[in-house]
Amino acid sequence: MPAAPSPAVRRAPAPVRRSPASRRTPAARRAARRLAADAGLLAVAAAFVLPLAWVALSSLDARADLRVKLPDGLTLDNYDAVLEPDITFTPLLNSLVLCGGATLLTVVCAALAAYPLSRYRSRLNRPFLLTILFATCLPITAVMVPVYALFVRVDLIDTVHGTVFFFAASQLPFAVWLMKNFMDGVPKELEEAAWTDGASSLQSLLRIVLPLMGPGVAVVTVFSFVMMWGNFFVPFMLLLSPDRMPASVSINDFFGNRGSVVYGQLAAFSVLYSTPVILLYVLIARRLGGGFALGGAVKG
Amino acid sequence: MTSAPPAGSGAVREVPGPAAPPPAPRARRGLRRALVRALPVSPALVLLLLFLAGPIAYCAWIAFTDLQLTGQASASFVGLDNFEAAFRDEAFLNAVWLTLVFTVLSSLIGQNTLGLALASLMRRASKPVRTLTGGVVVTAWVLPEVVAGFLLYAFFRRDGTLNAVLDLLHLPAQNWLYTLPILAVSFANVWRGTAFSMLVYSAALDEIPEEITEAAEVDGAGGWRRTWHITLPMIRRSIGTNLMLNTLQTLSVFGLVWVMTRGGPGNRSQTLPLFMYEQAFQKSMIGYGTAVALLLLVVGSLFSLVYMRLLRTEV
Repeated sequence: MPAAPSPAVRRAPAPVRRSPASRRTPAARRAARRLAADAGLLAVAAAFVLPLAWVALSSLDARADLRVKLPDGLTLDNYDAVLEPDITFTPLLNSLVLCGGATLLTVVCAALAAYPLSRYRSRLNRPFLLTILFATCLPITAVMVPVYALFVRVDLIDTVHGTVFFFAASQLPFAVWLMKNFMDGVPKELEEAAWTDGASSLQSLLRIVLPLMGPGVAVVTVFSFVMMWGNFFVPFMLLLSPDRMPASVSINDFFGNRGSVVYGQLAAFSVLYSTPVILLYVLIARRLGGGFALGGAVKG
Repeated sequence: MTSAPPAGSGAVREVPGPAAPPPAPRARRGLRRALVRALPVSPALVLLLLFLAGPIAYCAWIAFTDLQLTGQASASFVGLDNFEAAFRDEAFLNAVWLTLVFTVLSSLIGQNTLGLALASLMRRASKPVRTLTGGVVVTAWVLPEVVAGFLLYAFFRRDGTLNAVLDLLHLPAQNWLYTLPILAVSFANVWRGTAFSMLVYSAALDEIPEEITEAAEVDGAGGWRRTWHITLPMIRRSIGTNLMLNTLQTLSVFGLVWVMTRGGPGNRSQTLPLFMYEQAFQKSMIGYGTAVALLLLVVGSLFSLVYMRLLRTEV
């Protein structure tokens, strides 16, 4: 910190940067601290942004290589070259079918399972929830070899529905846990009124509880979808035919099968493939007022 | 899925009271009610049993067999052979060591410390800087794993961005993915995973009452002492939670390392998941690969149990 003296006037028009080391007014001290914090954050942001800048700039650069540089001229040629059925559309559609199907299954099962866990008291609730929490933490990567062996044996290997089932099961513990916590936040009194009016549990779940916990359901849905959309190992292991591969696996073709790597096209494809999840994340982060809900939810 | 039952059924249950139906034993009716109430759990339960518990049980079985990929009809029980072979296998011990380095560097030191630093700096920074940094860091986290792998592959390559920056600063450049592959993938994991710690710590720091920090300030406690004696003790549970979750997540990283180095050069960045994959599929020894997977699962379970213990004291 530079320790140049500055006028002691509190609202000094002088740049806040020059604050005295000793006997600083609280305002000046706060300003200095803010400046230091800003500088620190910007340094980290600069380091973090370099790889992101590479992908964004290279995708618009006709002669992209591995370095971040401003393109000579902006071009959409890379996108043009990539937007082909077998390079982009089929893999993205495969991703959508896989992750959409699995997310739907996850959310429906999680909502149904969370309801009794949240609404009724039972001796089984606690052990069940603890098991769920335990399963949330298991490294799914480690199960993939036995899952592969099992899928070969029961003939589910290289099938979309088999992969969807496994995706859903692997995401389910966390989804149930989140959903139950969100559901606990919906007051029970509202439902009791509905019960006396003769609504069944399923009706009150669908008509009262779920609408009231809309943001919670959105979080579970988006979170499950984003996790699956980015997952590479599961489809890599469980699917074999190239025409069933989602984008997370097919992106590797840019390296292997097509000879020398065209980095601009790889970058363009990366942008196309990543944009949906970033948009989805922004959507829920906005809806929950700051992106901190997931961190908080994980905390329990 | 069946449609909703007739609307009257709930009311019928309530109105006539317990005396109306033929006297059924209380216990059995209680059981039936409990079963009906638990019914919605069943789809989730079936999925979890078939596709999660099933494979784990299967894992525990084939880890003790000599199952191979070639598809021979019967695998025979070989007891602890796979595990004994593992602990004599230099490649396995190498993978254990690299996994340890990877986890300590990227999760315990990198993500955790950087996440905490970012979260506490954000409390003091101005709003635009805070939003910008948060946005960039979270974007790195939300990106699909494989894309993150490619971005950092490009970053660390000999002709990549990192060396360009080093050139600019007149520092010696080198081929990071060849000379220090494990360091490169660790940094990659820090890049990708820090956002999570940052979010957890931001939430935790927000919960510290302002008065406490102010009181300490008035008493003349400097920045470091405040951090050490007040902030850290007050968020120690979040630290525990975060360390556990980071470590578990880092233990199962596969795609990032696979895309960046394939575990190479040689096996100098081959962490346990990659070793497991290589044994099971490239060397066709599913039994052996699964034994490694089981070890990974056991380590994960231990961390899981510690994590639950931590949560219990918190709730």
